[in-house]
Amino acid sequence: MIARADFAAIARWVEPNAKVLDLGCGDGTLLKYLKEARNAHGYGIEIADTNILACVEKNVNVIQMDLEAGLSGFEPQSFDFVILSQTLQAMRNIELVVKEILRVGRQGIVTIPNFGYWRRRIQIIGGRMPVSKDLPYQWYDTPNIHLCTFVDFEAFCRDQGVRILERHVMCDGDDVSLLPNLLGNLAVYRFEKA
Amino acid sequence: MHPQPNSVGIVTPQTAHFDTPIALKSGATLDSYDLVYETYGTLNADKSNAILVCHALSGHHHVAGFHSEQEKRPGWWDNMIGPGKPVDTESFFVIGLNNLGGCHGSTGPSSPDPKTGKPYGKTFPFVTVEDWVETQVRLADRLGIEAFAVVMGGSLGGMQALSWTILHPQRVRHALVIASAPGLTAQNIAFNDVARQAILTDPDFHGGDFYAHGVVPRRGLRLARMLGHITYLSDDVMGEKFGRILKNDVFQFGYGVEFEVESYLRYQGDKFADSFDANTYLLMTKALDYFDPTHHHRVGLSAAMSPAQADFLVISFTSDWRFAPGRSREIVKALLDNDRRVSYAEITAAHGHDAFLMPDPHYHALVSAYMKNAAKGLGI
Repeated sequence: MIARADFAAIARWVEPNAKVLDLGCGDGTLLKYLKEARNAHGYGIEIADTNILACVEKNVNVIQMDLEAGLSGFEPQSFDFVILSQTLQAMRNIELVVKEILRVGRQGIVTIPNFGYWRRRIQIIGGRMPVSKDLPYQWYDTPNIHLCTFVDFEAFCRDQGVRILERHVMCDGDDVSLLPNLLGNLAVYRFEKA
Repeated sequence: MHPQPNSVGIVTPQTAHFDTPIALKSGATLDSYDLVYETYGTLNADKSNAILVCHALSGHHHVAGFHSEQEKRPGWWDNMIGPGKPVDTESFFVIGLNNLGGCHGSTGPSSPDPKTGKPYGKTFPFVTVEDWVETQVRLADRLGIEAFAVVMGGSLGGMQALSWTILHPQRVRHALVIASAPGLTAQNIAFNDVARQAILTDPDFHGGDFYAHGVVPRRGLRLARMLGHITYLSDDVMGEKFGRILKNDVFQFGYGVEFEVESYLRYQGDKFADSFDANTYLLMTKALDYFDPTHHHRVGLSAAMSPAQADFLVISFTSDWRFAPGRSREIVKALLDNDRRVSYAEITAAHGHDAFLMPDPHYHALVSAYMKNAAKGLGI
Protein backbone atom coordinates (compact mmCIF):
# COMPACT_ATOMS: atom_id res chain seq x y z
CA MET A 1 0.00 0.00 0.00
CA ILE A 2 1.50 3.32 -0.95
CA ALA A 3 0.40 6.53 0.59
CA ARG A 4 0.39 8.82 -2.38
CA ALA A 5 -1.08 8.49 -5.83
CA ASP A 6 1.99 9.91 -7.56
CA PHE A 7 4.32 7.25 -6.14
CA ALA A 8 3.03 4.51 -8.44
CA ALA A 9 3.35 6.81 -11.44
CA ILE A 10 6.92 7.66 -10.45
CA ALA A 11 7.78 4.01 -9.92
CA ARG A 12 6.57 3.12 -13.41
CA TRP A 13 9.16 5.47 -14.89
CA VAL A 14 12.06 4.49 -12.69
CA GLU A 15 14.00 1.76 -14.44
CA PRO A 16 14.95 -1.34 -12.47
CA ASN A 17 18.20 -0.96 -10.47
CA ALA A 18 18.23 2.78 -11.12
CA LYS A 19 20.15 5.17 -8.91
CA VAL A 20 17.80 7.83 -7.59
CA LEU A 21 17.98 10.99 -5.55
CA ASP A 22 14.77 12.00 -3.80
CA LEU A 23 14.75 15.68 -2.95
CA GLY A 24 12.66 16.51 0.08
CA CYS A 25 12.19 12.79 0.65
CA GLY A 26 10.03 13.19 3.75
CA ASP A 27 9.82 10.04 5.82
CA GLY A 28 11.44 7.92 3.09
CA THR A 29 8.26 6.14 1.96
CA LEU A 30 8.89 6.72 -1.74
CA LEU A 31 12.51 5.55 -1.60
CA LYS A 32 11.53 2.45 0.32
CA TYR A 33 8.79 1.77 -2.24
CA LEU A 34 11.17 2.29 -5.15
CA LYS A 35 13.63 -0.12 -3.57
CA GLU A 36 10.96 -2.77 -3.16
CA ALA A 37 9.22 -2.20 -6.49
CA ARG A 38 12.19 -1.39 -8.76
CA ASN A 39 15.24 -2.41 -6.76
CA ALA A 40 16.26 1.23 -7.02
CA HIS A 41 18.96 2.56 -4.72
CA GLY A 42 20.05 6.02 -3.76
CA TYR A 43 19.55 8.74 -1.24
CA GLY A 44 16.97 11.06 0.13
CA ILE A 45 17.58 14.65 1.03
CA GLU A 46 15.65 16.09 3.93
CA ILE A 47 15.87 18.95 6.35
CA ALA A 48 13.39 18.01 9.11
CA ASP A 49 14.73 16.03 12.07
CA THR A 50 11.61 13.91 12.43
CA ASN A 51 11.85 12.83 8.79
CA ILE A 52 15.56 12.04 9.11
CA LEU A 53 14.73 9.72 11.98
CA ALA A 54 11.85 8.14 10.04
CA CYS A 55 14.18 7.45 7.10
CA VAL A 56 16.84 5.88 9.31
CA GLU A 57 14.12 3.76 10.90
CA LYS A 58 13.10 2.60 7.42
CA ASN A 59 16.72 1.83 6.56
CA VAL A 60 16.60 4.46 3.82
CA ASN A 61 19.77 6.46 3.14
CA VAL A 62 19.11 10.07 3.98
CA ILE A 63 21.28 13.16 3.95
CA GLN A 64 20.24 16.06 6.14
CA MET A 65 20.68 19.28 4.24
CA ASP A 66 18.86 22.31 2.95
CA LEU A 67 17.81 21.87 -0.66
CA GLU A 68 17.58 25.60 -1.12
CA ALA A 69 21.37 25.76 -0.92
CA GLY A 70 21.70 23.60 -4.04
CA LEU A 71 23.17 20.13 -4.40
CA SER A 72 26.84 20.96 -4.05
CA GLY A 73 27.71 17.58 -2.49
CA PHE A 74 26.65 15.75 -5.62
CA GLU A 75 28.64 15.21 -8.78
CA PRO A 76 27.22 16.02 -12.24
CA GLN A 77 25.17 13.24 -13.83
CA SER A 78 25.65 10.94 -10.84
CA PHE A 79 21.99 9.81 -10.70
CA ASP A 80 19.65 8.20 -13.19
CA PHE A 81 16.66 10.02 -11.74
CA VAL A 82 16.31 13.00 -9.46
CA ILE A 83 12.84 13.12 -7.95
CA LEU A 84 11.01 16.04 -6.45
CA SER A 85 7.65 14.85 -5.25
CA GLN A 86 5.24 17.61 -4.17
CA THR A 87 8.04 19.83 -2.93
CA LEU A 88 8.67 22.19 -5.83
CA GLN A 89 5.83 24.51 -4.90
CA ALA A 90 7.33 25.02 -1.44
CA MET A 91 10.76 26.03 -2.69
CA ARG A 92 12.11 29.54 -2.91
CA ASN A 93 14.43 29.27 -5.88
CA ILE A 94 12.72 27.02 -8.39
CA GLU A 95 15.02 27.89 -11.27
CA LEU A 96 18.03 26.81 -9.23
CA VAL A 97 16.40 23.56 -8.14
CA VAL A 98 15.39 22.54 -11.64
CA LYS A 99 18.88 23.42 -12.90
CA GLU A 100 20.42 21.33 -10.12
CA ILE A 101 18.10 18.40 -10.84
CA LEU A 102 19.34 18.32 -14.42
CA ARG A 103 22.95 18.82 -13.39
CA VAL A 104 23.13 15.82 -11.05
CA GLY A 105 20.54 13.61 -12.77
CA ARG A 106 20.06 12.16 -16.22
CA GLN A 107 16.34 12.81 -15.88
CA GLY A 108 14.11 14.63 -13.45
CA ILE A 109 10.74 13.49 -12.14
CA VAL A 110 8.61 16.18 -10.54
CA THR A 111 5.14 16.03 -9.03
CA ILE A 112 3.21 19.28 -8.82
CA PRO A 113 -0.28 20.18 -7.67
CA ASN A 114 -2.37 22.05 -10.25
CA PHE A 115 -3.64 25.47 -9.26
CA GLY A 116 -5.75 25.47 -12.43
CA TYR A 117 -7.90 22.58 -11.18
CA TRP A 118 -11.56 23.50 -11.59
CA ARG A 119 -12.49 23.35 -7.92
CA ARG A 120 -9.72 25.82 -7.11
CA ARG A 121 -10.88 28.09 -9.92
CA ILE A 122 -14.38 28.05 -8.42
CA GLN A 123 -13.03 28.90 -4.98
CA ILE A 124 -11.13 31.85 -6.47
CA ILE A 125 -14.24 33.01 -8.34
CA GLY A 126 -16.06 32.70 -5.00
CA GLY A 127 -13.57 35.20 -3.66
CA ARG A 128 -11.49 32.90 -1.43
CA MET A 129 -8.04 31.34 -1.69
CA PRO A 130 -8.42 27.64 -2.46
CA VAL A 131 -8.30 25.20 0.44
CA SER A 132 -8.80 21.49 -0.20
CA LYS A 133 -7.82 18.05 0.96
CA ASP A 134 -4.78 17.96 -1.30
CA LEU A 135 -3.75 21.57 -0.59
CA PRO A 136 -5.08 21.93 2.95
CA TYR A 137 -3.35 25.15 3.99
CA GLN A 138 -4.79 28.57 4.65
CA TRP A 139 -3.17 31.45 2.77
CA TYR A 140 -1.32 32.57 5.90
CA ASP A 141 0.17 29.26 6.98
CA THR A 142 0.94 27.58 3.69
CA PRO A 143 4.44 26.32 2.94
CA ASN A 144 3.46 26.50 -0.74
CA ILE A 145 4.84 29.76 -2.01
CA HIS A 146 5.09 28.97 -5.71
CA LEU A 147 1.84 27.47 -6.85
CA CYS A 148 1.25 27.19 -10.60
CA THR A 149 -0.95 25.52 -13.15
CA PHE A 150 0.19 22.78 -15.52
CA VAL A 151 0.22 25.36 -18.32
CA ASP A 152 2.48 27.60 -16.23
CA PHE A 153 4.86 24.78 -15.42
CA GLU A 154 5.13 23.66 -19.01
CA ALA A 155 5.82 27.23 -20.14
CA PHE A 156 8.50 27.47 -17.44
CA CYS A 157 10.12 24.28 -18.76
CA ARG A 158 10.20 25.67 -22.30
CA ASP A 159 11.85 28.85 -21.07
CA GLN A 160 14.43 26.96 -18.98
CA GLY A 161 15.53 24.57 -21.70
CA VAL A 162 13.79 21.61 -20.11
CA ARG A 163 12.29 18.97 -22.37
CA ILE A 164 9.23 17.25 -20.92
CA LEU A 165 9.33 13.56 -21.88
CA GLU A 166 6.12 12.39 -20.25
CA ARG A 167 3.27 13.74 -18.21
CA HIS A 168 0.83 11.81 -16.09
CA VAL A 169 -2.19 13.76 -14.86
CA MET A 170 -4.37 12.59 -12.00
CA CYS A 171 -7.33 13.72 -9.97
CA ASP A 172 -7.55 12.30 -6.46
CA GLY A 173 -5.51 9.34 -7.66
CA ASP A 174 -7.51 8.59 -10.82
CA ASP A 175 -5.98 9.13 -14.24
CA VAL A 176 -7.19 12.16 -16.18
CA SER A 177 -6.86 12.45 -19.95
CA LEU A 178 -9.56 14.99 -20.84
CA LEU A 179 -8.90 18.71 -20.20
CA PRO A 180 -6.03 18.01 -17.83
CA ASN A 181 -5.42 21.59 -16.74
CA LEU A 182 -9.05 21.86 -15.69
CA LEU A 183 -9.80 18.37 -14.41
CA GLY A 184 -6.47 17.24 -12.98
CA ASN A 185 -5.26 18.25 -9.52
CA LEU A 186 -1.86 16.56 -9.66
CA ALA A 187 0.64 15.78 -12.39
CA VAL A 188 3.91 13.89 -12.55
CA TYR A 189 6.39 15.07 -15.15
CA ARG A 190 9.47 13.28 -16.44
CA PHE A 191 11.95 15.56 -18.14
CA GLU A 192 15.52 16.00 -19.28
CA LYS A 193 17.76 18.76 -20.51
CA ALA A 194 16.57 20.01 -23.92
CA MET B 1 24.33 -2.12 43.53
CA HIS B 2 23.77 0.86 41.29
CA PRO B 3 20.08 1.53 40.92
CA GLN B 4 20.00 2.08 37.12
CA PRO B 5 18.18 -0.88 35.59
CA ASN B 6 19.67 -0.09 32.17
CA SER B 7 23.30 0.01 33.25
CA VAL B 8 25.78 -2.68 32.29
CA GLY B 9 26.52 -2.70 36.02
CA ILE B 10 29.90 -3.48 37.55
CA VAL B 11 32.58 -4.15 34.96
CA THR B 12 36.18 -5.23 35.24
CA PRO B 13 38.86 -4.14 32.79
CA GLN B 14 40.98 -6.84 31.19
CA THR B 15 44.48 -6.74 29.83
CA ALA B 16 45.65 -8.31 26.59
CA HIS B 17 49.38 -8.72 26.27
CA PHE B 18 50.92 -8.79 22.79
CA ASP B 19 54.38 -10.16 22.08
CA THR B 20 54.35 -9.76 18.33
CA PRO B 21 56.32 -6.60 17.55
CA ILE B 22 54.34 -3.83 15.98
CA ALA B 23 55.94 -1.58 13.37
CA LEU B 24 54.51 1.87 13.81
CA LYS B 25 53.96 4.44 11.10
CA SER B 26 56.69 6.62 12.56
CA GLY B 27 59.24 3.91 11.75
CA ALA B 28 59.66 2.84 15.37
CA THR B 29 58.83 -0.65 16.57
CA LEU B 30 57.36 -1.77 19.87
CA ASP B 31 58.40 -5.33 20.69
CA SER B 32 55.56 -5.94 23.10
CA TYR B 33 52.67 -4.02 24.60
CA ASP B 34 49.49 -4.31 26.63
CA LEU B 35 46.01 -3.17 25.71
CA VAL B 36 43.46 -2.66 28.43
CA TYR B 37 39.85 -3.18 27.42
CA GLU B 38 36.35 -3.69 28.75
CA THR B 39 33.48 -5.60 27.25
CA TYR B 40 29.73 -5.38 27.76
CA GLY B 41 27.09 -7.80 26.57
CA THR B 42 27.72 -11.27 25.20
CA LEU B 43 29.61 -12.26 22.07
CA ASN B 44 27.29 -14.50 20.06
CA ALA B 45 28.22 -17.91 18.69
CA ASP B 46 29.24 -16.72 15.22
CA LYS B 47 30.89 -13.61 16.70
CA SER B 48 28.93 -11.32 14.44
CA ASN B 49 27.56 -8.93 17.08
CA ALA B 50 30.72 -7.14 18.18
CA ILE B 51 30.93 -3.38 18.34
CA LEU B 52 34.20 -1.54 18.76
CA VAL B 53 33.94 1.82 20.49
CA CYS B 54 37.00 3.95 19.77
CA HIS B 55 37.87 6.66 22.23
CA ALA B 56 38.61 10.33 21.71
CA LEU B 57 41.57 12.44 22.83
CA SER B 58 41.46 11.89 26.57
CA GLY B 59 39.26 8.82 26.59
CA HIS B 60 39.93 5.23 27.56
CA HIS B 61 38.44 1.77 27.87
CA HIS B 62 35.87 2.56 30.55
CA VAL B 63 32.94 3.34 28.27
CA ALA B 64 29.97 2.12 30.31
CA GLY B 65 29.03 0.86 33.73
CA PHE B 66 30.95 1.16 36.98
CA HIS B 67 34.17 -0.32 38.29
CA SER B 68 32.84 -0.58 41.81
CA GLU B 69 29.80 0.21 43.85
CA GLN B 70 31.67 3.22 45.18
CA GLU B 71 32.37 4.70 41.76
CA LYS B 72 30.22 7.80 41.36
CA ARG B 73 30.49 8.39 37.65
CA PRO B 74 29.93 5.67 35.08
CA GLY B 75 32.02 5.13 31.95
CA TRP B 76 32.26 8.06 29.56
CA TRP B 77 29.56 6.96 27.12
CA ASP B 78 27.25 5.25 29.60
CA ASN B 79 24.23 7.20 28.29
CA MET B 80 24.76 5.51 24.89
CA ILE B 81 25.71 1.97 25.87
CA GLY B 82 23.79 -0.51 27.98
CA PRO B 83 20.74 -2.74 28.02
CA GLY B 84 17.96 -1.00 26.09
CA LYS B 85 20.18 1.98 25.28
CA PRO B 86 20.96 3.15 21.72
CA VAL B 87 23.90 0.74 21.61
CA ASP B 88 21.97 -2.11 23.14
CA THR B 89 24.08 -4.61 25.03
CA GLU B 90 21.13 -7.02 24.98
CA SER B 91 21.94 -7.67 21.32
CA PHE B 92 25.50 -6.41 20.88
CA PHE B 93 28.85 -7.25 22.41
CA VAL B 94 30.60 -3.94 22.98
CA ILE B 95 34.34 -3.44 23.36
CA GLY B 96 35.99 -0.31 24.69
CA LEU B 97 39.75 -0.09 24.86
CA ASN B 98 42.50 2.25 25.90
CA ASN B 99 44.62 3.00 22.87
CA LEU B 100 48.33 2.35 22.64
CA GLY B 101 50.14 5.34 24.11
CA GLY B 102 47.34 5.90 26.61
CA CYS B 103 47.66 6.33 30.33
CA HIS B 104 44.88 4.14 31.65
CA GLY B 105 46.55 0.77 31.57
CA SER B 106 47.52 0.26 27.96
CA THR B 107 51.23 0.57 27.24
CA GLY B 108 52.16 4.23 27.02
CA PRO B 109 54.87 6.71 27.96
CA SER B 110 54.26 6.25 31.68
CA SER B 111 54.59 2.45 31.44
CA PRO B 112 57.91 0.82 32.25
CA ASP B 113 60.11 0.08 29.25
CA PRO B 114 60.97 -3.63 29.60
CA LYS B 115 64.52 -2.87 28.48
CA THR B 116 65.24 -0.42 31.29
CA GLY B 117 62.52 -1.01 33.83
CA LYS B 118 61.93 2.76 33.85
CA PRO B 119 59.01 4.64 32.27
CA TYR B 120 59.39 5.14 28.53
CA GLY B 121 58.99 8.89 28.88
CA LYS B 122 60.37 10.67 25.83
CA THR B 123 61.47 7.39 24.23
CA PHE B 124 57.90 6.23 23.69
CA PRO B 125 57.26 6.33 19.93
CA PHE B 126 54.70 8.50 18.19
CA VAL B 127 51.45 6.71 17.46
CA THR B 128 48.91 7.36 14.72
CA VAL B 129 45.28 6.53 14.10
CA GLU B 130 46.40 3.84 11.67
CA ASP B 131 48.67 2.30 14.33
CA TRP B 132 45.73 2.15 16.71
CA VAL B 133 43.62 0.42 14.10
CA GLU B 134 46.39 -2.15 13.71
CA THR B 135 46.45 -2.83 17.46
CA GLN B 136 42.65 -3.03 17.49
CA VAL B 137 42.81 -5.57 14.65
CA ARG B 138 45.10 -7.67 16.77
CA LEU B 139 42.76 -7.43 19.72
CA ALA B 140 39.87 -8.49 17.45
CA ASP B 141 41.94 -11.45 16.24
CA ARG B 142 42.64 -12.39 19.83
CA LEU B 143 38.91 -12.37 20.57
CA GLY B 144 38.13 -14.31 17.40
CA ILE B 145 36.18 -11.44 15.86
CA GLU B 146 36.57 -11.56 12.12
CA ALA B 147 34.39 -8.55 11.37
CA PHE B 148 32.83 -5.93 13.58
CA ALA B 149 29.12 -5.33 13.27
CA VAL B 150 29.90 -1.70 14.03
CA VAL B 151 33.01 0.37 14.59
CA MET B 152 32.05 3.68 16.13
CA GLY B 153 33.49 6.72 17.78
CA GLY B 154 33.24 10.46 18.26
CA SER B 155 35.89 13.01 17.36
CA LEU B 156 39.27 11.22 17.28
CA GLY B 157 37.24 8.03 17.79
CA GLY B 158 35.36 8.77 14.57
CA MET B 159 38.68 9.08 12.78
CA GLN B 160 39.56 5.57 13.93
CA ALA B 161 36.22 4.26 12.66
CA LEU B 162 36.87 5.95 9.31
CA SER B 163 40.36 4.51 9.17
CA TRP B 164 39.05 1.01 9.90
CA THR B 165 36.75 1.17 6.89
CA ILE B 166 39.64 2.16 4.62
CA LEU B 167 42.32 -0.17 5.97
CA HIS B 168 40.14 -3.21 6.73
CA PRO B 169 37.01 -2.84 4.61
CA GLN B 170 36.10 -6.50 4.97
CA ARG B 171 36.14 -6.33 8.73
CA VAL B 172 33.62 -3.53 9.30
CA ARG B 173 29.92 -3.86 8.49
CA HIS B 174 28.82 -0.46 9.79
CA ALA B 175 30.71 2.65 10.78
CA LEU B 176 29.38 5.43 12.99
CA VAL B 177 31.45 8.53 12.53
CA ILE B 178 30.29 11.14 15.01
CA ALA B 179 31.44 14.76 15.45
CA SER B 180 34.52 13.93 13.46
CA ALA B 181 36.53 15.08 10.46
CA PRO B 182 38.64 13.63 7.66
CA GLY B 183 41.57 15.62 9.01
CA LEU B 184 42.11 18.62 11.23
CA THR B 185 41.96 22.18 9.98
CA ALA B 186 44.91 24.53 10.45
CA GLN B 187 42.98 26.19 13.28
CA ASN B 188 42.59 22.85 15.04
CA ILE B 189 46.26 22.01 14.66
CA ALA B 190 47.04 25.47 16.01
CA PHE B 191 44.94 24.87 19.12
CA ASN B 192 46.67 21.54 19.62
CA ASP B 193 50.06 23.14 19.33
CA VAL B 194 49.25 25.79 21.93
CA ALA B 195 48.18 22.96 24.24
CA ARG B 196 51.40 21.10 23.53
CA GLN B 197 53.54 24.17 24.04
CA ALA B 198 51.95 24.65 27.45
CA ILE B 199 53.16 21.18 28.40
CA LEU B 200 56.50 21.21 26.60
CA THR B 201 57.55 24.51 28.20
CA ASP B 202 56.49 23.56 31.72
CA PRO B 203 59.74 23.43 33.77
CA ASP B 204 58.48 20.21 35.36
CA PHE B 205 58.25 18.47 31.97
CA HIS B 206 61.95 17.58 31.84
CA GLY B 207 61.86 16.70 28.17
CA GLY B 208 59.23 14.06 28.85
CA ASP B 209 61.20 12.29 31.58
CA PHE B 210 59.45 13.95 34.50
CA TYR B 211 58.68 10.53 36.02
CA ALA B 212 62.34 10.20 37.06
CA HIS B 213 62.15 13.56 38.79
CA GLY B 214 59.06 12.65 40.78
CA VAL B 215 57.11 15.60 39.39
CA VAL B 216 54.23 16.18 36.97
CA PRO B 217 54.04 19.14 34.56
CA ARG B 218 50.74 20.11 36.12
CA ARG B 219 50.75 23.72 35.00
CA GLY B 220 51.16 22.73 31.37
CA LEU B 221 48.55 20.01 31.49
CA ARG B 222 46.14 22.31 33.23
CA LEU B 223 46.55 25.04 30.62
CA ALA B 224 46.27 22.53 27.81
CA ARG B 225 43.01 21.22 29.22
CA MET B 226 41.59 24.66 29.91
CA LEU B 227 42.24 25.67 26.32
CA GLY B 228 40.82 22.39 25.01
CA HIS B 229 37.76 22.71 27.18
CA ILE B 230 36.93 26.16 25.81
CA THR B 231 37.06 24.85 22.27
CA TYR B 232 34.86 21.84 23.01
CA LEU B 233 32.02 24.03 24.26
CA SER B 234 30.05 26.64 22.38
CA ASP B 235 29.90 30.31 23.25
CA ASP B 236 26.16 29.93 23.84
CA VAL B 237 26.47 27.10 26.30
CA MET B 238 29.25 28.85 28.23
CA GLY B 239 27.15 31.99 28.29
CA GLU B 240 24.14 30.09 29.53
CA LYS B 241 26.10 28.20 32.15
CA PHE B 242 28.30 30.98 33.49
CA GLY B 243 27.45 34.29 31.85
CA ARG B 244 29.37 37.03 33.62
CA ILE B 245 28.56 35.67 37.06
CA LEU B 246 31.11 36.64 39.68
CA LYS B 247 32.03 34.46 42.63
CA ASN B 248 31.83 37.56 44.81
CA ASP B 249 29.70 40.51 43.92
CA VAL B 250 32.50 43.01 43.44
CA PHE B 251 35.59 43.12 41.27
CA GLN B 252 38.71 42.06 43.15
CA PHE B 253 41.18 43.76 40.80
CA GLY B 254 43.42 40.75 40.99
CA TYR B 255 44.25 37.60 39.01
CA GLY B 256 42.54 35.14 41.28
CA VAL B 257 39.29 33.44 40.46
CA GLU B 258 36.64 36.12 39.97
CA PHE B 259 34.30 34.87 37.30
CA GLU B 260 32.45 31.57 37.58
CA VAL B 261 33.81 30.51 34.21
CA GLU B 262 37.36 30.92 35.51
CA SER B 263 36.54 28.80 38.50
CA TYR B 264 35.04 26.12 36.31
CA LEU B 265 37.95 26.00 33.87
CA ARG B 266 40.54 25.88 36.61
CA TYR B 267 38.68 23.09 38.32
CA GLN B 268 38.51 21.12 35.06
CA GLY B 269 42.19 21.82 34.43
CA ASP B 270 43.23 20.68 37.90
CA LYS B 271 41.14 17.54 37.73
CA PHE B 272 42.71 16.66 34.41
CA ALA B 273 46.25 17.38 35.57
CA ASP B 274 45.72 14.95 38.44
CA SER B 275 44.54 12.11 36.23
CA PHE B 276 46.14 12.36 32.81
CA ASP B 277 49.66 11.80 31.58
CA ALA B 278 51.37 14.74 29.88
CA ASN B 279 53.20 12.59 27.33
CA THR B 280 49.98 10.81 26.41
CA TYR B 281 48.29 14.16 25.84
CA LEU B 282 51.12 15.18 23.52
CA LEU B 283 50.95 11.89 21.62
CA MET B 284 47.17 11.95 21.23
CA THR B 285 47.09 15.51 19.93
CA LYS B 286 49.80 14.65 17.42
CA ALA B 287 47.79 11.61 16.31
CA LEU B 288 44.90 14.00 15.69
CA ASP B 289 47.11 16.36 13.70
CA TYR B 290 48.61 13.59 11.60
CA PHE B 291 45.33 11.94 10.66
CA ASP B 292 44.67 12.46 6.96
CA PRO B 293 43.65 9.49 4.81
CA THR B 294 44.61 11.42 1.68
CA HIS B 295 48.14 12.27 2.74
CA HIS B 296 50.10 9.27 1.53
CA HIS B 297 48.10 8.71 -1.58
CA ARG B 298 48.21 12.34 -2.72
CA VAL B 299 44.64 11.94 -3.87
CA GLY B 300 41.33 13.45 -2.89
CA LEU B 301 39.23 12.12 -0.05
CA SER B 302 36.84 10.33 -2.40
CA ALA B 303 39.67 8.28 -3.89
CA ALA B 304 41.23 7.70 -0.47
CA MET B 305 37.96 6.34 0.84
CA SER B 306 37.21 4.19 -2.18
CA PRO B 307 38.22 0.94 -0.45
CA ALA B 308 35.53 1.42 2.23
CA GLN B 309 32.69 -1.11 2.04
CA ALA B 310 30.83 -0.43 5.28
CA ASP B 311 27.46 1.23 5.65
CA PHE B 312 27.82 4.59 7.34
CA LEU B 313 25.98 6.82 9.73
CA VAL B 314 27.66 10.21 9.92
CA ILE B 315 26.52 12.64 12.59
CA SER B 316 27.54 16.21 13.31
CA PHE B 317 26.33 18.88 15.72
CA THR B 318 25.36 22.39 14.67
CA SER B 319 27.25 24.23 17.43
CA ASP B 320 30.43 22.15 17.11
CA TRP B 321 32.91 24.67 15.76
CA ARG B 322 35.99 22.55 16.34
CA PHE B 323 34.69 19.63 14.27
CA ALA B 324 32.14 21.63 12.34
CA PRO B 325 29.31 20.03 10.32
CA GLY B 326 31.11 21.02 7.12
CA ARG B 327 33.89 18.58 7.99
CA SER B 328 31.39 15.73 8.35
CA ARG B 329 29.85 16.73 5.02
CA GLU B 330 33.28 16.19 3.42
CA ILE B 331 33.16 12.61 4.64
CA VAL B 332 29.60 12.25 3.37
CA LYS B 333 30.56 13.65 -0.02
CA ALA B 334 33.42 11.14 -0.34
CA LEU B 335 31.00 8.33 0.50
CA LEU B 336 28.42 9.58 -2.00
CA ASP B 337 31.11 9.71 -4.66
CA ASN B 338 31.80 6.05 -3.94
CA ASP B 339 28.12 5.05 -3.97
CA ARG B 340 28.31 3.85 -0.39
CA ARG B 341 25.27 3.45 1.79
CA VAL B 342 25.35 6.51 4.04
CA SER B 343 23.00 8.56 6.14
CA TYR B 344 23.95 11.92 7.51
CA ALA B 345 22.29 13.82 10.34
CA GLU B 346 23.12 17.29 11.54
CA ILE B 347 21.90 17.47 15.11
CA THR B 348 20.73 20.83 16.39
CA ALA B 349 22.58 21.04 19.68
CA ALA B 350 23.88 23.80 21.91
CA HIS B 351 26.79 21.98 23.51
CA GLY B 352 29.46 22.38 20.85
CA HIS B 353 31.86 19.49 20.28
CA ASP B 354 30.94 17.92 23.61
CA ALA B 355 27.38 17.40 22.32
CA PHE B 356 28.35 13.95 21.09
CA LEU B 357 28.61 12.82 24.70
CA MET B 358 25.27 14.32 25.75
CA PRO B 359 22.01 12.37 25.92
CA ASP B 360 20.15 14.39 23.27
CA PRO B 361 16.87 12.49 22.58
CA HIS B 362 16.91 12.95 18.79
CA TYR B 363 20.58 11.99 18.51
CA HIS B 364 20.05 8.89 20.62
CA ALA B 365 16.89 7.95 18.74
CA LEU B 366 18.84 8.07 15.48
CA VAL B 367 21.67 5.89 16.76
CA SER B 368 19.13 3.54 18.27
CA ALA B 369 17.18 3.21 15.00
CA TYR B 370 20.36 2.72 13.00
CA MET B 371 21.60 0.04 15.39
CA LYS B 372 18.29 -1.82 15.33
CA ASN B 373 18.41 -2.02 11.54
CA ALA B 374 22.07 -3.00 11.64
CA ALA B 375 21.21 -5.82 14.02
CA LYS B 376 18.32 -6.91 11.83
CA GLY B 377 20.48 -6.86 8.70
CA LEU B 378 23.12 -8.98 10.39
CA GLY B 379 20.56 -11.42 11.76
CA ILE B 380 21.41 -10.56 15.34
